[in-house]
Amino acid sequence: MPAIVRTPHPRERRIVFKNIDRAGWTTDIDCYLKDGGYEELKKALNMKPEEIVNEVKASGLRGRGGAGFPCGAKWGFIRPGETKPIYLICNADESEPGTFKDRYIIHQDPHQLLEGMIISCYAVNARLAYIYIRGEFPLGAKILETAIQEAKAHGFIGKNIGGTGFDLEIYVHRGAGAYICGEETGLIESLEGKRPYPRIKPPYFPAALGLYMSPTIVNNVETLCDVKHIIKMGGAEYSKIGRPNNTGTRLLCVSGDVQKPGYYELEVGGLTMGELINDICGGLRPGRTLKAIIPGGSSAKVLRADDRYKIKTKQPDGTTVDEEIGIEDIRMDFDNLAAVGSMAGSGGVIVMDDSRDMVWALNNINEFYAHESCGQCTPCREGSLWMNKITTRLLDGGGFADDPDTLKTVADNIAGRTICAFGEACAWPTQSFVAKFRDDFQAYASRNGRKQS
Amino acid sequence: MEIPQELADHIDEVITHYPVSKRSAALPLLHLVQEHFGYISDEAITWVAAKLELQPINILELVTFYPMFRQSPAGKHHIRVCRTLSCAMGGSYSLLDTFCKHAKIEKPGGGHHAHLLKSPDGTYSIEFVECLASCGTAPVCMINDDFYEGVSEDSVPELLKKYP
Repeated sequence: MPAIVRTPHPRERRIVFKNIDRAGWTTDIDCYLKDGGYEELKKALNMKPEEIVNEVKASGLRGRGGAGFPCGAKWGFIRPGETKPIYLICNADESEPGTFKDRYIIHQDPHQLLEGMIISCYAVNARLAYIYIRGEFPLGAKILETAIQEAKAHGFIGKNIGGTGFDLEIYVHRGAGAYICGEETGLIESLEGKRPYPRIKPPYFPAALGLYMSPTIVNNVETLCDVKHIIKMGGAEYSKIGRPNNTGTRLLCVSGDVQKPGYYELEVGGLTMGELINDICGGLRPGRTLKAIIPGGSSAKVLRADDRYKIKTKQPDGTTVDEEIGIEDIRMDFDNLAAVGSMAGSGGVIVMDDSRDMVWALNNINEFYAHESCGQCTPCREGSLWMNKITTRLLDGGGFADDPDTLKTVADNIAGRTICAFGEACAWPTQSFVAKFRDDFQAYASRNGRKQS
Repeated sequence: MEIPQELADHIDEVITHYPVSKRSAALPLLHLVQEHFGYISDEAITWVAAKLELQPINILELVTFYPMFRQSPAGKHHIRVCRTLSCAMGGSYSLLDTFCKHAKIEKPGGGHHAHLLKSPDGTYSIEFVECLASCGTAPVCMINDDFYEGVSEDSVPELLKKYP
């Protein structure tokens, strides 16, 4: 089956995805070099590491993996004069349902990722780096390994890079099908050859006590690619893309009930949800109406299409005004999606029209989290399975009238009670689906007229 | 259990990727062992543990945790169909059934992740897996290491013919 190639939409601003689906583009280093590849690395090697960190801070870049944490601040946690070895890990475990952006960088533009990584390693003084790639990307792992060999042959990786005295080795490390390895401390445990049980923070912030208990920077694939472009244009210039506190471009992945699902690189906050779905993605299928949107990967709270959302909008004079907006008016950036009670997360937008059964959809998500809970914390290990059992019995006709309440109780007792954010990730879908589509759940629950309590 | 020289050399090379701790090589070694033998036997677990100066339990606990590792052989060709939301909306449950029908795999009731399902002659095995990160081209699947997107049920017989 041929790969599905698409031409960029006119509203896109392709920076990280410049070479994706580009005619004649290949993954080998000659192609990359002919296009000006590794020039930013050369530029960066002429800068002081702290200058690079400052450029990244000035860019306002926020992590693209899901949490949206400022990248420069994360790097700034490495103490000056650190005596322990420092490691950098590229998180290429892309596994949040609804997200499919890193796949294309890895498979079509591996050298862009490597260049961003090498610059980042130089900036934080990491001499050993790993790309933790999900096990289900066997071809991607091979492409990256080939790219590393090519970069080594050209002196971009290895000893005394560019005559600066900076040494760096990068290795590819394959996961083996566990979602929890996308959580950075779980990833670190996995890379240490253990079960990926996340570590508790504090004290195990990776920048202080990470891989082998040494300072470690874990960045997403897209974030590391952004670093290359920040060096190219300068942090201040980069920060002009997008909106204040929501800078740069973002790879949005749209799936589900739209005419043209796919990946789109857009300025952060450069458009609204309605523009994304109707203008970019060709709208819904004929005769359908919008029912719900999950805006940032399956763990983001679902948004109901006919809800009104209260947000505060900043005016040019600095004052804020209360506004009530519909789902289509929500601006696609970190702050606005947080303001309406969900999150931008990993950029995975899942669209559902009126043909979809919300109980069925939640059950599908619950099955995912029940399968992927690592089992370390009791509320999550037990609760994720209970939530899955309850939505399954609702669908199978064996529900109880108070099941919607039970679902909420179980979810409420997971969120905030676990070592890692998986607790929230598995509770938020249940909390939001039941709250926003109560009638749909109640209709299933009341079919038998049975009550449990 | 016989480890051919080429594999032994590869394993030794991979261990050098982890200068700080050999234990880190556990997952890569398990991948290599599974690629060669088709699954990870008790003997292989003991061998990998000894190679990395660990106890067998340190390796067994990985094999039982990580979904991609298996302790019994799969079919000659292994099919993974994505089960998660966008693919399910795109028809992956029905796609799995179609694969089963054409691969002559009997599908019992019960959980999706319970066991690998195999055709009687051992040519095919199939399992539902969680999100394969290609939600925009749903439904998607993998056959061995090959990835297929936008898979229609009509294309299944042709697809299987490529994997005799």
